[in-house]
Amino acid sequence: MSILLYRIDDRLIHGQVVVGWGQPLDIEFIVLVDDVVAASDWEQELYRMGVPPEMDLYFHSAASAVSALPGYRADGRRGILLTGDIDTMRRLVDGGGIDAVNIGGIHAKAGRSPRMRYVFLSAEEETALRDLAALGVTITAQDVPNARPVALNEVLAGVEP
Amino acid sequence: MSSDPVTPAHESPRAIVAGHGDFAAGLVSAVQQITGRGDQLIPVAVKQLSVEAIEQLLRDRMLEANVRVIFTDLQAGSCTMASRRILRGMDDAVLIAGANLPTLLDFVFAEGRSAPEAARHAAERGRAAIAVHGAGA
Repeated sequence: MSILLYRIDDRLIHGQVVVGWGQPLDIEFIVLVDDVVAASDWEQELYRMGVPPEMDLYFHSAASAVSALPGYRADGRRGILLTGDIDTMRRLVDGGGIDAVNIGGIHAKAGRSPRMRYVFLSAEEETALRDLAALGVTITAQDVPNARPVALNEVLAGVEP
Repeated sequence: MSSDPVTPAHESPRAIVAGHGDFAAGLVSAVQQITGRGDQLIPVAVKQLSVEAIEQLLRDRMLEANVRVIFTDLQAGSCTMASRRILRGMDDAVLIAGANLPTLLDFVFAEGRSAPEAARHAAERGRAAIAVHGAGA
C-alpha cells in the first residue's frame, strides 16, 4: 500500500498522527524525516515511546530519506511520512515521487502569522509553499481525517473552514 | 497526617495537568466539583502552540508554581513529549502519562506523601480504576 500520507507537522509524532490518522488508515509504519531527530538516539527513543508496539517507526535525515523512499513506496504495508518543516518536505519532493502534501500542523511562534487554527506561516514559509505548489504538488491543510481538506489558496487567504 | 480531615493540607498547586483540547480544564473542573481541591492542580492548554512553545510553557508553569509533577493525557501526545524533555534536566520531577480522573482524585487526597510519591501512587490507582461493565465483561 506504500505511503498514504506525506505530512508536514511540527509536532511530528503525536496524538493526531498516531491515533487520529493511524487508526482509521490502519497505519503500520511511520517514516519520520528530521535531521535533528535522526542524529539523536535520545530523541528517537522519545518518539518511539509514542507509537504503539504494532506500528514500526523509521528515522531518516532528509538526505537519507531521499534514497530510502523508493523502498518505502514499494513496501506492502500502509505508512505515513512526516516532516517537521516545509524545507525538509521540499527536499523530498525534489527527490521525486510526491504529488500531494498534507499540512497537518505548523504552529504559532515568533515571525509567523495565523492562517488557520493549526497553520501559522512566516513570509518565507508562505513563499516555500507557493514554490512547492508551482512544482505541481497538491497542497492541502487537514489536521484530522474527517476534516475538510483546505486548498493552499484558501489557507494563504486565511479562510478558516 | 492532617489533624483536620476536612481542610486540605495543601492550598498551593502541587501539579500541572496538560493535554489535548480542554482535557486539563475539564479534569481539573471535575476534581474541583468532586473534592473542592482543584486548586492543587494547574490546568494548561496548548492549542495552537509549537512543540518548543509547549515545552517552554510547561517549564514556565512548573517553575512559577514550584511544582515537580506533570499529568498528561496521552503517551503519544505533544504534552508528554515536551514533558519528557523537561524531565531530562529535572531529576526530582515526575511525569504521569495517561492520567484520568481517578488518578487526580487520588493525588489531591495524598497529603502525607511528597508530590512525586503521591503521583506514583495516584497512577496505580488510576490504572486500577478502569472497569468494564455490561456485555462481554
